[in-house]
Amino acid sequence: MSEARDDILANIRRSLGVSADDASRRQIVATRIATAAKGLLPARGEGDIEKRIATFRAQAESVAATVARVAATADIPAEIAHFLRTNNLPATVRMGEDERLAALPWATTAIDITKGPSDGNDLSSVSHAEAGVAETGTLALVSGAHNPTNLNFLPDNHIVIIQAGTVVPTYEAVWEMVRARYGKGMMPRTVNFITGPSRSADIEQKMLLGAHGPRRLHIVIVG
Amino acid sequence: MTKGKSMVSEEIGLNAALERNGIEAVETDLGEYIIQIRGEAPSHIIAPAVHLNQEDIEHDFRRLHTWLPKDRDLTAPESLLAEARATLRAKFLASDIGITGANFLVAETGTSVIVTNEGNGDLTQILPKVHVVVASIEKIAPTLEDVSGFMRVLARSATGQDMSVYTTFSTGPRRPGDVDGPEEYHVVLVDNGRSNMLGTDFQEMLRCIRCGACMNHCPVYHAVGGHAYGWVYPGPMGAVLTPSLIGVAEAGHLPNASTFCGRCESACPVRIPLPKLMRHWREREFERHLSPATVRSGLALWAFFAKRPKLYGLAARIGVKILALAGRSKGRFAWLPLAGGWTKYRDMPAPQGQTFQAMWKSRGGAVR
Repeated sequence: MSEARDDILANIRRSLGVSADDASRRQIVATRIATAAKGLLPARGEGDIEKRIATFRAQAESVAATVARVAATADIPAEIAHFLRTNNLPATVRMGEDERLAALPWATTAIDITKGPSDGNDLSSVSHAEAGVAETGTLALVSGAHNPTNLNFLPDNHIVIIQAGTVVPTYEAVWEMVRARYGKGMMPRTVNFITGPSRSADIEQKMLLGAHGPRRLHIVIVG
Repeated sequence: MTKGKSMVSEEIGLNAALERNGIEAVETDLGEYIIQIRGEAPSHIIAPAVHLNQEDIEHDFRRLHTWLPKDRDLTAPESLLAEARATLRAKFLASDIGITGANFLVAETGTSVIVTNEGNGDLTQILPKVHVVVASIEKIAPTLEDVSGFMRVLARSATGQDMSVYTTFSTGPRRPGDVDGPEEYHVVLVDNGRSNMLGTDFQEMLRCIRCGACMNHCPVYHAVGGHAYGWVYPGPMGAVLTPSLIGVAEAGHLPNASTFCGRCESACPVRIPLPKLMRHWREREFERHLSPATVRSGLALWAFFAKRPKLYGLAARIGVKILALAGRSKGRFAWLPLAGGWTKYRDMPAPQGQTFQAMWKSRGGAVR
């Protein structure tokens, strides 16, 4: 394996006419990675928090997600119950160990909760997103016991909670949050950017929802 | 074993190699699944089954999914999708190893990135014990910021979406405390000719993000379809990349099959000068004496006249007169000497007796 790697690197150097121990080239790479300069950022997601939330909502709805906003965390279970009822779904959800979800007043509803990753037989799941991107109505979720990644994909209906204050303008702003939390160069095992429910247009270019992932994506903005 | 869509795995014939070793690798992208069960190659890099219609797919599903009731209704695309979803869901859950490609790799964090609309790539990589990423070396971008810039142009150029549904950043295997995700994570970097493209005219092709915009806008691709390109990559990007990877001797006809209308270059989000690169391949082919002798001597004859404008004009006047005279009854030629290959597939219209230059002059156009 390392032999092939050496061959490839040697061939790259030969093609570029450079040597292996070129300190200036190493410096260019190191600086580029250390600086992580931003490219051109679209203005669409900019603005104060209310403007960003309005853009986020409009963008998410334009890709067939549904969006609700509640004033306080205590209102979340009732909103989820409403979503399940409206779509004629059983009052059962699966979720991870996220404390923000565990602390919700679920007892005020008839919702039955199971915990942990899905085995593929759950109809609905609830996750807590770490951020939303106003630019495209995109949710950012990270892996871990608090929010198992497979809850984003296996159930037919995915309900995602997001704090209003975490709706940021751009993807780059999400990376700033990730670096602040995990450190430079470090990433959680999985970061999922999710923009609307699953879809495919592979049959005669006709767009259909619910290809392999959820058929419905319901976003609850809190605050 | 389950697989997410990966063009580089098509390039290296991974499925065939796995099959020879007794390993079943199931393609999970709906389009890739459809062409896999038909034993076909993709006809488009984003929409692999774009050449098929609904009836073709229904026929294959009935042929293959024999455990399902024969009288089921498959007339709606929705029912085909539901059947594929259920069939592949079982494959996802039973899979031991998931293979995906990567749209990007991030040097800063050692992250592989996949972009899908279906979610098949994610189910491929999070459910099995082992996740193997197969990606070519030019997919490596320095930072997350660089990838963010590419994300903005990839979906817009590929499908017209502002953003694909799932963009997933994977960094290593399951962490302590994780309750799902792969226990092993391997990345296989494939060169397969890329490093030889560096420092050449074709280096610019390594910017390609495989969005397919060039083929979506290409009149030649639309006329002949993706399979006519003979290998993995169709359209203008294929006409440039294929000779780089398998040699101009094998694939020299691809850069010749272009009208040079330039739509591919104007549609390309990473501004690859595709017509210029196709022209470079034509030059290479000519320099290396790879084109047939008749083409070469024809070009040499044309060049002789083209370098002598007066003689060219005289020859054109005589030629046009003769052809107009010979073709006056039918107005077209079904066969011409030295051009049998051309007239085999279409008729040559007979000239009207005057050259372009003469007509231009008679209308008062400026003449050099």
